[in-house]
Amino acid sequence: MSSDKVQYRYNPQGLQLSEPNKFKAEDLRSEEMVINLGPQHPSTHGVLRLEVLLDGEIIREVVPHIGYLHRCFEKHAENLPYDQVIPFVDRLDYVAAMNCEHVYAMGVERMLGIADQIPKRVEYIRVLMAELNRIGSHFIAIGTYGMDIGAFTPFFWVMRDREHILRLLEWASGARLLYNYMWIGGLFYDLPVGFEKRCAEFLQYIKPKLKELETILINNKIFVDRTANVGVLPLDLAINCGVTGPMLRASGLRFDLRRVDGYSVYPELDFNIPVGEGKMGSVGDCWDRTWVRMQEIHESVKIVEQCVHKLTTDHARTRDFDPQALVPKKIRPKGQDFYVRGETPKGELGFFFRADGKSDVPFRCKCRSCSFVNLSVLPEISKGVLMADLIAIIGTIDVVMGEVDR
Amino acid sequence: MEVFESLLTIVKQGCAHGDAVTDETMVPRGVKIHASDLKNVCINLHQNPAAFFDMLSCITAVDNGVDAGTLEIIYNLYSIPFHHHLALKVIVPRDGGEVDSVQDIWKTANWHEREAYDLFGIIFRGHPYLRRILLPADWEGHPLRKDYKQQEYYRGIKLEY
Repeated sequence: MSSDKVQYRYNPQGLQLSEPNKFKAEDLRSEEMVINLGPQHPSTHGVLRLEVLLDGEIIREVVPHIGYLHRCFEKHAENLPYDQVIPFVDRLDYVAAMNCEHVYAMGVERMLGIADQIPKRVEYIRVLMAELNRIGSHFIAIGTYGMDIGAFTPFFWVMRDREHILRLLEWASGARLLYNYMWIGGLFYDLPVGFEKRCAEFLQYIKPKLKELETILINNKIFVDRTANVGVLPLDLAINCGVTGPMLRASGLRFDLRRVDGYSVYPELDFNIPVGEGKMGSVGDCWDRTWVRMQEIHESVKIVEQCVHKLTTDHARTRDFDPQALVPKKIRPKGQDFYVRGETPKGELGFFFRADGKSDVPFRCKCRSCSFVNLSVLPEISKGVLMADLIAIIGTIDVVMGEVDR
Repeated sequence: MEVFESLLTIVKQGCAHGDAVTDETMVPRGVKIHASDLKNVCINLHQNPAAFFDMLSCITAVDNGVDAGTLEIIYNLYSIPFHHHLALKVIVPRDGGEVDSVQDIWKTANWHEREAYDLFGIIFRGHPYLRRILLPADWEGHPLRKDYKQQEYYRGIKLEY
Protein backbone atom coordinates (compact mmCIF):
# COMPACT_ATOMS: atom_id res chain seq x y z
CA MET A 1 0.00 0.00 0.00
CA SER A 2 2.77 2.41 0.90
CA SER A 3 4.14 3.02 -2.58
CA ASP A 4 6.56 5.67 -1.33
CA LYS A 5 8.65 3.06 0.59
CA VAL A 6 10.61 1.66 -2.33
CA GLN A 7 12.85 -1.17 -1.31
CA TYR A 8 15.04 -1.29 -4.35
CA ARG A 9 15.38 1.09 -7.21
CA TYR A 10 17.11 -0.22 -10.34
CA ASN A 11 20.27 1.66 -11.14
CA PRO A 12 21.94 0.71 -14.43
CA GLN A 13 25.35 1.68 -13.03
CA GLY A 14 24.75 -0.51 -10.02
CA LEU A 15 25.76 -3.70 -11.82
CA GLN A 16 29.50 -3.77 -12.24
CA LEU A 17 31.00 -6.91 -13.60
CA SER A 18 34.39 -7.72 -12.22
CA GLU A 19 34.93 -9.76 -15.37
CA PRO A 20 33.30 -7.83 -18.17
CA ASN A 21 31.83 -9.85 -20.99
CA LYS A 22 33.68 -10.20 -24.25
CA PHE A 23 30.55 -9.48 -26.26
CA LYS A 24 28.59 -6.33 -25.64
CA ALA A 25 25.12 -5.58 -26.93
CA GLU A 26 26.49 -3.49 -29.79
CA ASP A 27 28.59 -6.34 -31.21
CA LEU A 28 25.71 -8.69 -31.75
CA ARG A 29 23.57 -9.17 -34.79
CA SER A 30 19.84 -8.99 -34.33
CA GLU A 31 19.27 -12.72 -33.97
CA GLU A 32 22.10 -13.37 -31.52
CA MET A 33 21.98 -13.14 -27.76
CA VAL A 34 24.47 -13.48 -24.95
CA ILE A 35 23.53 -15.73 -22.08
CA ASN A 36 25.45 -16.00 -18.88
CA LEU A 37 25.88 -19.48 -17.37
CA GLY A 38 26.82 -17.88 -14.11
CA PRO A 39 29.30 -18.98 -11.52
CA GLN A 40 26.48 -20.47 -9.47
CA HIS A 41 25.03 -23.17 -11.63
CA PRO A 42 24.31 -26.79 -10.87
CA SER A 43 25.93 -28.07 -14.03
CA THR A 44 29.15 -26.19 -14.30
CA HIS A 45 31.02 -28.28 -11.73
CA GLY A 46 32.03 -25.49 -9.47
CA VAL A 47 32.42 -21.78 -9.94
CA LEU A 48 32.82 -21.52 -13.68
CA ARG A 49 31.21 -18.71 -15.60
CA LEU A 50 30.45 -19.23 -19.25
CA GLU A 51 29.43 -16.45 -21.53
CA VAL A 52 27.55 -18.09 -24.37
CA LEU A 53 26.78 -16.35 -27.63
CA LEU A 54 23.68 -18.01 -28.99
CA ASP A 55 21.87 -17.90 -32.27
CA GLY A 56 18.53 -19.34 -31.29
CA GLU A 57 19.55 -22.63 -29.75
CA ILE A 58 22.84 -23.03 -31.57
CA ILE A 59 26.01 -21.82 -29.95
CA ARG A 60 28.23 -19.47 -31.87
CA GLU A 61 30.90 -19.02 -29.23
CA VAL A 62 31.60 -19.85 -25.62
CA VAL A 63 33.90 -17.69 -23.52
CA PRO A 64 34.85 -19.20 -20.17
CA HIS A 65 35.59 -16.77 -17.36
CA ILE A 66 37.50 -18.33 -14.53
CA GLY A 67 39.23 -17.12 -11.41
CA TYR A 68 36.39 -17.32 -8.93
CA LEU A 69 38.33 -19.80 -6.82
CA HIS A 70 41.80 -18.30 -7.24
CA ARG A 71 43.68 -18.63 -3.98
CA CYS A 72 47.14 -17.94 -5.39
CA PHE A 73 48.72 -21.24 -4.46
CA GLU A 74 51.94 -20.17 -6.14
CA LYS A 75 52.47 -17.15 -3.93
CA HIS A 76 51.82 -19.22 -0.80
CA ALA A 77 54.32 -21.81 -2.01
CA GLU A 78 56.97 -19.12 -2.25
CA ASN A 79 56.72 -18.42 1.47
CA LEU A 80 56.63 -21.92 2.92
CA PRO A 81 59.19 -24.70 3.14
CA TYR A 82 58.74 -27.54 0.68
CA ASP A 83 57.11 -29.94 3.11
CA GLN A 84 54.64 -27.41 4.41
CA VAL A 85 53.24 -26.88 0.95
CA ILE A 86 51.69 -30.37 0.89
CA PRO A 87 48.32 -29.31 2.41
CA PHE A 88 48.11 -26.59 -0.24
CA VAL A 89 48.79 -29.13 -2.94
CA ASP A 90 45.88 -31.23 -1.60
CA ARG A 91 43.54 -28.37 -2.10
CA LEU A 92 44.27 -28.02 -5.79
CA ASP A 93 42.33 -31.02 -7.03
CA TYR A 94 40.33 -31.76 -3.96
CA VAL A 95 38.56 -34.86 -5.24
CA ALA A 96 41.81 -36.68 -6.03
CA ALA A 97 44.17 -35.17 -3.50
CA MET A 98 46.38 -38.25 -3.12
CA ASN A 99 47.42 -38.05 -6.76
CA CYS A 100 48.41 -34.41 -6.45
CA GLU A 101 50.47 -35.13 -3.34
CA HIS A 102 52.09 -38.07 -5.09
CA VAL A 103 53.30 -35.92 -8.00
CA TYR A 104 54.54 -33.15 -5.73
CA ALA A 105 56.33 -35.46 -3.30
CA MET A 106 57.89 -37.34 -6.21
CA GLY A 107 59.13 -34.07 -7.70
CA VAL A 108 60.80 -32.81 -4.56
CA GLU A 109 62.32 -36.22 -3.86
CA ARG A 110 63.81 -36.31 -7.36
CA MET A 111 65.23 -32.82 -6.85
CA LEU A 112 66.83 -33.90 -3.59
CA GLY A 113 68.15 -37.11 -5.12
CA ILE A 114 66.48 -39.45 -2.63
CA ALA A 115 63.89 -40.78 -5.07
CA ASP A 116 65.46 -44.24 -5.46
CA GLN A 117 65.98 -44.74 -1.74
CA ILE A 118 62.31 -44.65 -0.85
CA PRO A 119 61.34 -48.07 0.53
CA LYS A 120 59.24 -50.25 -1.74
CA ARG A 121 56.52 -50.60 0.84
CA VAL A 122 56.10 -46.84 0.90
CA GLU A 123 55.87 -46.77 -2.88
CA TYR A 124 53.26 -49.51 -2.98
CA ILE A 125 51.16 -47.75 -0.35
CA ARG A 126 51.41 -44.54 -2.35
CA VAL A 127 50.23 -46.26 -5.51
CA LEU A 128 47.42 -47.96 -3.60
CA MET A 129 46.17 -44.65 -2.25
CA ALA A 130 46.53 -42.92 -5.58
CA GLU A 131 44.56 -45.60 -7.40
CA LEU A 132 41.80 -45.65 -4.79
CA ASN A 133 41.55 -41.91 -5.24
CA ARG A 134 41.48 -42.36 -9.00
CA ILE A 135 38.46 -44.65 -8.63
CA GLY A 136 36.82 -42.06 -6.39
CA SER A 137 37.49 -39.23 -8.80
CA HIS A 138 36.14 -41.11 -11.79
CA PHE A 139 33.08 -42.05 -9.76
CA ILE A 140 32.38 -38.38 -9.19
CA ALA A 141 33.02 -37.59 -12.83
CA ILE A 142 30.58 -40.23 -14.06
CA GLY A 143 28.00 -39.67 -11.35
CA THR A 144 27.77 -35.91 -11.72
CA TYR A 145 27.83 -36.26 -15.48
CA GLY A 146 24.81 -38.54 -15.31
CA MET A 147 23.12 -35.99 -13.09
CA ASP A 148 23.81 -33.21 -15.58
CA ILE A 149 22.32 -35.33 -18.35
CA GLY A 150 19.30 -36.04 -16.20
CA ALA A 151 19.94 -39.47 -14.71
CA PHE A 152 19.77 -38.98 -10.97
CA THR A 153 20.01 -42.55 -9.73
CA PRO A 154 23.62 -43.37 -10.74
CA PHE A 155 24.80 -40.33 -8.79
CA PHE A 156 23.52 -41.77 -5.53
CA TRP A 157 24.86 -45.23 -6.28
CA VAL A 158 28.24 -43.76 -7.05
CA MET A 159 28.26 -41.65 -3.88
CA ARG A 160 27.35 -44.69 -1.81
CA ASP A 161 30.29 -46.64 -3.28
CA ARG A 162 32.63 -43.70 -2.95
CA GLU A 163 31.73 -43.49 0.72
CA HIS A 164 33.48 -46.82 1.26
CA ILE A 165 36.65 -45.47 -0.35
CA LEU A 166 36.56 -42.34 1.77
CA ARG A 167 36.13 -44.39 4.92
CA LEU A 168 39.16 -46.49 4.00
CA LEU A 169 41.22 -43.38 3.38
CA GLU A 170 40.01 -41.81 6.60
CA TRP A 171 41.10 -44.90 8.45
CA ALA A 172 44.58 -44.64 6.94
CA SER A 173 45.21 -40.92 7.00
CA GLY A 174 42.68 -39.25 9.24
CA ALA A 175 40.86 -37.18 6.67
CA ARG A 176 38.19 -37.89 4.10
CA LEU A 177 39.12 -35.46 1.40
CA LEU A 178 42.29 -33.47 2.12
CA TYR A 179 44.76 -35.96 3.41
CA ASN A 180 48.26 -34.50 3.96
CA TYR A 181 49.35 -38.13 3.86
CA MET A 182 52.21 -38.40 1.41
CA TRP A 183 55.16 -36.53 2.83
CA ILE A 184 58.43 -35.82 1.10
CA GLY A 185 60.48 -38.90 1.77
CA GLY A 186 57.70 -41.17 2.96
CA LEU A 187 54.28 -41.14 4.47
CA PHE A 188 52.70 -39.63 7.51
CA TYR A 189 51.50 -42.96 8.96
CA ASP A 190 51.81 -46.58 7.99
CA LEU A 191 48.66 -48.46 7.01
CA PRO A 192 46.54 -49.47 9.99
CA VAL A 193 46.41 -53.14 10.94
CA GLY A 194 43.65 -54.86 9.00
CA PHE A 195 43.60 -52.31 6.18
CA GLU A 196 44.63 -54.75 3.48
CA LYS A 197 41.86 -57.14 4.42
CA ARG A 198 39.21 -54.42 4.36
CA CYS A 199 40.55 -53.15 1.08
CA ALA A 200 40.29 -56.60 -0.49
CA GLU A 201 36.71 -56.88 0.78
CA PHE A 202 35.93 -53.53 -0.78
CA LEU A 203 37.24 -54.71 -4.14
CA GLN A 204 35.03 -57.78 -4.01
CA TYR A 205 32.09 -55.55 -3.19
CA ILE A 206 32.73 -53.03 -5.94
CA LYS A 207 33.02 -55.33 -8.95
CA PRO A 208 29.31 -56.17 -9.36
CA LYS A 209 28.48 -52.53 -8.66
CA LEU A 210 30.56 -51.45 -11.63
CA LYS A 211 28.58 -53.79 -13.86
CA GLU A 212 25.37 -52.25 -12.54
CA LEU A 213 26.69 -48.77 -13.24
CA GLU A 214 27.52 -49.71 -16.78
CA THR A 215 24.09 -51.16 -17.38
CA ILE A 216 22.16 -48.28 -15.96
CA LEU A 217 24.20 -45.40 -17.34
CA ILE A 218 26.88 -46.10 -19.87
CA ASN A 219 24.93 -48.51 -22.07
CA ASN A 220 21.62 -46.77 -21.50
CA LYS A 221 19.98 -45.89 -24.79
CA ILE A 222 19.00 -42.39 -23.69
CA PHE A 223 22.52 -41.66 -22.46
CA VAL A 224 23.98 -42.92 -25.71
CA ASP A 225 21.62 -40.80 -27.77
CA ARG A 226 22.47 -37.78 -25.70
CA THR A 227 26.22 -38.14 -25.80
CA ALA A 228 27.27 -39.98 -28.95
CA ASN A 229 28.70 -37.81 -31.72
CA VAL A 230 28.56 -34.78 -29.44
CA GLY A 231 31.63 -32.64 -28.80
CA VAL A 232 34.02 -34.61 -30.94
CA LEU A 233 37.61 -33.69 -30.14
CA PRO A 234 39.95 -34.50 -33.04
CA LEU A 235 43.34 -35.83 -32.01
CA ASP A 236 45.51 -33.14 -33.56
CA LEU A 237 43.45 -30.41 -31.93
CA ALA A 238 43.72 -32.23 -28.62
CA ILE A 239 47.51 -32.44 -28.76
CA ASN A 240 47.85 -28.86 -29.96
CA CYS A 241 45.68 -27.65 -27.11
CA GLY A 242 47.71 -29.62 -24.59
CA VAL A 243 44.85 -31.85 -23.53
CA THR A 244 45.93 -34.88 -21.53
CA GLY A 245 44.37 -37.64 -19.52
CA PRO A 246 41.13 -39.48 -20.35
CA MET A 247 40.19 -36.77 -22.85
CA LEU A 248 43.29 -37.44 -24.93
CA ARG A 249 42.94 -41.19 -24.62
CA ALA A 250 39.32 -40.99 -25.75
CA SER A 251 40.48 -39.21 -28.90
CA GLY A 252 42.50 -42.25 -29.84
CA LEU A 253 46.01 -41.84 -28.47
CA ARG A 254 47.24 -44.49 -26.04
CA PHE A 255 49.21 -42.04 -23.93
CA ASP A 256 49.33 -42.57 -20.19
CA LEU A 257 52.13 -41.10 -18.13
CA ARG A 258 52.10 -44.10 -15.85
CA ARG A 259 53.35 -46.16 -18.76
CA VAL A 260 55.25 -43.51 -20.72
CA ASP A 261 57.29 -42.13 -17.83
CA GLY A 262 57.08 -45.26 -15.71
CA TYR A 263 57.38 -43.52 -12.37
CA SER A 264 57.03 -45.07 -8.90
CA VAL A 265 56.22 -48.80 -9.00
CA TYR A 266 53.92 -48.68 -12.03
CA PRO A 267 56.38 -50.61 -14.27
CA GLU A 268 55.97 -53.60 -11.96
CA LEU A 269 52.19 -53.58 -12.15
CA ASP A 270 50.08 -55.09 -14.87
CA PHE A 271 47.30 -52.94 -16.28
CA ASN A 272 45.92 -51.89 -19.66
CA ILE A 273 45.26 -48.43 -20.97
CA PRO A 274 41.80 -47.96 -22.45
CA VAL A 275 41.53 -45.93 -25.62
CA GLY A 276 38.43 -44.50 -27.21
CA GLU A 277 37.28 -46.49 -30.23
CA GLY A 278 34.11 -44.70 -31.21
CA LYS A 279 31.87 -47.66 -30.42
CA MET A 280 28.66 -45.73 -30.16
CA GLY A 281 29.47 -42.75 -32.31
CA SER A 282 32.72 -41.17 -33.39
CA VAL A 283 36.12 -41.42 -31.80
CA GLY A 284 36.54 -38.69 -29.22
CA ASP A 285 32.93 -37.86 -28.54
CA CYS A 286 31.41 -37.49 -25.08
CA TRP A 287 30.38 -41.12 -24.84
CA ASP A 288 33.94 -42.22 -25.52
CA ARG A 289 35.30 -40.05 -22.75
CA THR A 290 32.85 -41.44 -20.23
CA TRP A 291 33.53 -44.97 -21.44
CA VAL A 292 37.29 -44.46 -21.07
CA ARG A 293 36.78 -43.31 -17.49
CA MET A 294 34.65 -46.35 -16.77
CA GLN A 295 37.30 -48.69 -18.15
CA GLU A 296 39.97 -46.89 -16.15
CA ILE A 297 38.02 -47.70 -13.00
CA HIS A 298 38.28 -51.39 -13.93
CA GLU A 299 42.02 -51.01 -14.50
CA SER A 300 42.47 -49.20 -11.20
CA VAL A 301 40.67 -52.02 -9.40
CA LYS A 302 43.19 -54.42 -10.95
CA ILE A 303 46.08 -52.25 -9.77
CA VAL A 304 44.70 -52.02 -6.23
CA GLU A 305 44.35 -55.82 -6.12
CA GLN A 306 47.97 -56.25 -7.11
CA CYS A 307 49.13 -53.68 -4.58
CA VAL A 308 47.18 -55.33 -1.77
CA HIS A 309 48.67 -58.67 -2.72
CA LYS A 310 52.20 -57.24 -2.72
CA LEU A 311 51.64 -55.47 0.59
CA THR A 312 50.66 -58.71 2.29
CA THR A 313 53.37 -60.93 0.81
CA ASP A 314 56.61 -59.33 -0.40
CA HIS A 315 56.44 -56.06 1.47
CA ALA A 316 54.40 -57.08 4.48
CA ARG A 317 54.46 -54.88 7.51
CA THR A 318 57.28 -55.38 9.97
CA ARG A 319 57.60 -54.12 13.48
CA ASP A 320 60.43 -51.74 12.78
CA PHE A 321 59.13 -50.14 9.61
CA ASP A 322 59.01 -46.39 9.96
CA PRO A 323 57.33 -44.53 7.11
CA GLN A 324 58.97 -41.30 8.20
CA ALA A 325 62.46 -42.75 8.25
CA LEU A 326 63.62 -40.87 5.17
CA VAL A 327 61.74 -37.65 5.70
CA PRO A 328 64.47 -35.01 5.67
CA LYS A 329 64.53 -32.46 8.43
CA LYS A 330 65.79 -29.72 6.17
CA ILE A 331 64.86 -29.72 2.51
CA ARG A 332 67.31 -27.69 0.53
CA PRO A 333 67.70 -28.88 -3.07
CA LYS A 334 70.58 -27.44 -5.04
CA GLY A 335 69.85 -24.63 -7.45
CA GLN A 336 67.99 -25.96 -10.48
CA ASP A 337 64.86 -25.67 -12.57
CA PHE A 338 62.88 -28.86 -12.34
CA TYR A 339 59.71 -29.99 -14.08
CA VAL A 340 57.95 -33.10 -12.81
CA ARG A 341 54.74 -34.52 -14.19
CA GLY A 342 52.40 -37.31 -13.21
CA GLU A 343 49.10 -38.81 -14.24
CA THR A 344 46.20 -37.70 -12.10
CA PRO A 345 42.65 -38.83 -12.91
CA LYS A 346 42.09 -35.63 -14.87
CA GLY A 347 45.31 -35.60 -16.89
CA GLU A 348 48.90 -34.48 -16.63
CA LEU A 349 49.64 -32.57 -13.47
CA GLY A 350 53.00 -30.88 -13.62
CA PHE A 351 55.01 -28.91 -11.11
CA PHE A 352 57.76 -26.55 -12.15
CA PHE A 353 60.20 -25.79 -9.33
CA ARG A 354 62.88 -23.15 -9.32
CA ALA A 355 65.16 -23.89 -6.39
CA ASP A 356 67.93 -21.45 -5.69
CA GLY A 357 70.00 -23.72 -3.48
CA LYS A 358 70.22 -21.16 -0.72
CA SER A 359 66.92 -21.49 1.11
CA ASP A 360 64.35 -24.02 2.25
CA VAL A 361 61.64 -22.21 0.38
CA PRO A 362 60.96 -22.73 -3.34
CA PHE A 363 61.84 -19.63 -5.30
CA ARG A 364 59.03 -20.46 -7.73
CA CYS A 365 56.58 -23.32 -7.72
CA LYS A 366 54.24 -23.36 -10.67
CA CYS A 367 51.45 -25.85 -10.98
CA ARG A 368 50.56 -26.88 -14.50
CA SER A 369 47.11 -28.17 -13.83
CA CYS A 370 45.31 -30.47 -16.20
CA SER A 371 41.86 -29.00 -15.67
CA PHE A 372 43.10 -25.52 -16.64
CA VAL A 373 44.41 -26.76 -19.95
CA ASN A 374 41.53 -29.15 -20.60
CA LEU A 375 39.03 -26.36 -20.03
CA SER A 376 40.74 -24.18 -22.63
CA VAL A 377 39.60 -26.61 -25.32
CA LEU A 378 35.92 -25.96 -24.53
CA PRO A 379 35.51 -22.99 -26.91
CA GLU A 380 36.99 -25.05 -29.74
CA ILE A 381 34.74 -28.09 -29.53
CA SER A 382 31.47 -26.37 -28.75
CA LYS A 383 31.01 -24.28 -31.87
CA GLY A 384 27.76 -25.07 -33.59
CA VAL A 385 26.32 -27.40 -30.96
CA LEU A 386 22.99 -27.03 -29.26
CA MET A 387 22.72 -25.56 -25.80
CA ALA A 388 21.91 -28.88 -24.16
CA ASP A 389 24.96 -30.41 -25.81
CA LEU A 390 27.11 -27.75 -24.20
CA ILE A 391 26.11 -29.09 -20.78
CA ALA A 392 26.98 -32.54 -22.00
CA ILE A 393 30.41 -31.38 -23.16
CA ILE A 394 31.31 -29.55 -19.96
CA GLY A 395 30.58 -32.68 -17.97
CA THR A 396 33.04 -34.77 -19.92
CA ILE A 397 35.87 -32.32 -19.53
CA ASP A 398 35.67 -33.17 -15.81
CA VAL A 399 36.87 -29.88 -14.41
CA VAL A 400 37.57 -29.30 -10.80
CA MET A 401 37.69 -25.56 -10.27
CA GLY A 402 40.21 -25.81 -7.48
CA GLU A 403 42.71 -26.99 -10.05
CA VAL A 404 41.70 -24.54 -12.76
CA ASP A 405 42.06 -21.50 -10.57
CA ARG A 406 44.57 -22.82 -8.08
CA MET B 1 73.77 -36.75 -24.92
CA GLU B 2 73.35 -37.15 -28.64
CA VAL B 3 69.67 -36.44 -28.60
CA PHE B 4 70.18 -33.13 -26.88
CA GLU B 5 72.97 -32.18 -29.28
CA SER B 6 70.74 -32.76 -32.29
CA LEU B 7 67.96 -30.73 -30.69
CA LEU B 8 70.45 -27.98 -29.94
CA THR B 9 71.38 -27.79 -33.65
CA ILE B 10 67.72 -27.41 -34.57
CA VAL B 11 67.34 -24.68 -31.98
CA LYS B 12 70.44 -22.89 -33.27
CA GLN B 13 69.02 -22.83 -36.80
CA GLY B 14 66.34 -20.44 -35.69
CA CYS B 15 68.60 -18.14 -33.71
CA ALA B 16 69.37 -14.93 -35.57
CA HIS B 17 69.70 -12.33 -32.89
CA GLY B 18 71.46 -14.09 -30.09
CA ASP B 19 73.11 -17.32 -29.25
CA ALA B 20 71.57 -20.50 -27.91
CA VAL B 21 73.31 -21.40 -24.68
CA THR B 22 72.79 -24.67 -22.86
CA ASP B 23 71.55 -24.15 -19.36
CA GLU B 24 73.03 -26.83 -17.16
CA THR B 25 70.80 -26.28 -14.17
CA MET B 26 67.59 -27.25 -15.89
CA VAL B 27 65.88 -30.61 -15.69
CA PRO B 28 64.81 -31.51 -18.42
CA ARG B 29 67.78 -30.11 -20.38
CA GLY B 30 67.21 -26.55 -21.39
CA VAL B 31 68.46 -23.91 -23.78
CA LYS B 32 68.62 -20.21 -23.14
CA ILE B 33 67.68 -18.19 -26.19
CA HIS B 34 67.24 -14.54 -27.01
CA ALA B 35 63.74 -13.11 -26.75
CA SER B 36 63.52 -12.12 -30.40
CA ASP B 37 64.46 -15.60 -31.59
CA LEU B 38 61.66 -17.27 -29.73
CA LYS B 39 59.10 -17.39 -32.53
CA ASN B 40 61.52 -18.78 -35.12
CA VAL B 41 62.92 -21.37 -32.77
CA CYS B 42 59.47 -22.54 -31.77
CA ILE B 43 58.34 -22.82 -35.38
CA ASN B 44 61.44 -24.89 -36.13
CA LEU B 45 60.90 -27.18 -33.19
CA HIS B 46 57.26 -27.67 -34.10
CA GLN B 47 57.66 -28.24 -37.84
CA ASN B 48 60.97 -30.08 -38.07
CA PRO B 49 60.21 -33.81 -38.45
CA ALA B 50 63.29 -34.75 -36.45
CA ALA B 51 62.17 -32.69 -33.47
CA PHE B 52 58.37 -32.77 -33.71
CA PHE B 53 57.61 -31.01 -30.44
CA ASP B 54 53.86 -31.19 -30.70
CA MET B 55 52.98 -30.58 -27.08
CA LEU B 56 53.70 -27.51 -25.03
CA SER B 57 53.41 -28.70 -21.45
CA CYS B 58 53.86 -25.52 -19.49
CA ILE B 59 54.79 -21.84 -19.76
CA THR B 60 56.26 -20.57 -16.52
CA ALA B 61 57.27 -17.04 -15.72
CA VAL B 62 59.81 -16.41 -12.95
CA ASP B 63 60.62 -13.10 -11.34
CA ASN B 64 64.26 -12.79 -10.48
CA GLY B 65 63.76 -9.96 -8.03
CA VAL B 66 64.06 -6.21 -8.14
CA ASP B 67 67.86 -6.23 -7.87
CA ALA B 68 68.40 -8.53 -10.81
CA GLY B 69 65.83 -6.66 -12.82
CA THR B 70 64.83 -9.49 -15.13
CA LEU B 71 61.93 -11.80 -15.69
CA GLU B 72 62.37 -15.25 -17.16
CA ILE B 73 59.89 -17.20 -19.21
CA ILE B 74 60.42 -20.94 -19.47
CA TYR B 75 58.70 -23.11 -22.05
CA ASN B 76 58.54 -26.83 -21.34
CA LEU B 77 58.15 -28.74 -24.58
CA TYR B 78 57.49 -32.43 -25.07
CA SER B 79 57.53 -34.55 -28.18
CA ILE B 80 54.98 -37.34 -27.98
CA PRO B 81 56.30 -39.63 -30.75
CA PHE B 82 59.97 -39.34 -29.76
CA HIS B 83 59.56 -38.95 -25.98
CA HIS B 84 61.91 -35.95 -25.87
CA HIS B 85 61.74 -33.16 -23.34
CA LEU B 86 63.17 -29.73 -23.96
CA ALA B 87 63.03 -26.49 -22.05
CA LEU B 88 63.50 -23.03 -23.55
CA LYS B 89 64.43 -20.10 -21.37
CA VAL B 90 63.91 -16.49 -22.42
CA ILE B 91 65.01 -13.53 -20.32
CA VAL B 92 63.22 -10.19 -20.55
CA PRO B 93 63.67 -6.96 -18.61
CA ARG B 94 61.32 -6.38 -15.74
CA ASP B 95 59.84 -3.10 -16.86
CA GLY B 96 57.98 -3.43 -20.10
CA GLY B 97 59.04 -6.98 -20.86
CA GLU B 98 57.58 -8.12 -24.17
CA VAL B 99 57.78 -11.43 -25.98
CA ASP B 100 56.17 -12.83 -29.10
CA SER B 101 53.18 -15.01 -28.49
CA VAL B 102 53.42 -18.62 -29.60
CA GLN B 103 49.72 -19.27 -29.45
CA ASP B 104 49.45 -19.72 -33.21
CA ILE B 105 51.88 -22.60 -33.00
CA TRP B 106 50.42 -24.30 -29.93
CA LYS B 107 46.88 -23.30 -29.00
CA THR B 108 47.45 -24.18 -25.38
CA ALA B 109 49.74 -21.16 -25.06
CA ASN B 110 46.67 -18.93 -25.27
CA TRP B 111 45.62 -19.41 -21.67
CA HIS B 112 49.14 -19.93 -20.31
CA GLU B 113 50.22 -16.56 -21.70
CA ARG B 114 47.14 -14.87 -20.33
CA GLU B 115 48.05 -16.26 -16.94
CA ALA B 116 51.65 -15.03 -17.23
CA TYR B 117 50.35 -11.61 -18.19
CA ASP B 118 47.89 -11.63 -15.31
CA LEU B 119 50.33 -12.62 -12.60
CA PHE B 120 53.55 -11.02 -13.89
CA GLY B 121 52.68 -8.32 -16.37
CA ILE B 122 54.55 -9.71 -19.37
CA ILE B 123 53.03 -8.53 -22.65
CA PHE B 124 52.77 -11.14 -25.42
CA ARG B 125 52.80 -9.52 -28.83
CA GLY B 126 50.28 -10.97 -31.22
CA HIS B 127 48.01 -12.55 -28.65
CA PRO B 128 44.39 -12.15 -29.79
CA TYR B 129 42.80 -11.63 -26.42
CA LEU B 130 45.35 -10.71 -23.78
CA ARG B 131 43.60 -9.83 -20.58
CA ARG B 132 43.45 -11.03 -17.03
CA ILE B 133 42.28 -14.56 -16.53
CA LEU B 134 42.49 -15.49 -12.87
CA LEU B 135 42.14 -12.12 -11.17
CA PRO B 136 39.28 -9.65 -11.61
CA ALA B 137 39.72 -7.34 -14.55
CA ASP B 138 40.14 -4.22 -12.44
CA TRP B 139 42.73 -5.62 -10.03
CA GLU B 140 45.82 -3.45 -9.60
CA GLY B 141 49.25 -4.90 -9.83
CA HIS B 142 50.73 -8.23 -10.76
CA PRO B 143 50.77 -10.47 -7.70
CA LEU B 144 53.58 -12.90 -8.35
CA ARG B 145 56.19 -10.20 -8.74
CA LYS B 146 58.55 -10.02 -5.78
CA ASP B 147 57.79 -6.37 -5.04
CA TYR B 148 54.04 -6.72 -5.16
CA LYS B 149 52.14 -4.83 -2.49
CA GLN B 150 48.54 -5.74 -2.04
CA GLN B 151 46.09 -2.93 -2.65
CA GLU B 152 44.29 -1.57 0.41
CA TYR B 153 40.76 -1.62 -0.89
CA TYR B 154 39.10 -3.40 -3.75
CA ARG B 155 35.81 -1.78 -4.65
CA GLY B 156 35.31 -0.60 -1.10
CA ILE B 157 36.18 -3.94 0.54
CA LYS B 158 39.17 -3.85 2.89
CA LEU B 159 41.68 -6.50 1.93
CA GLU B 160 43.69 -6.98 5.14
CA TYR B 161 41.80 -8.88 7.77
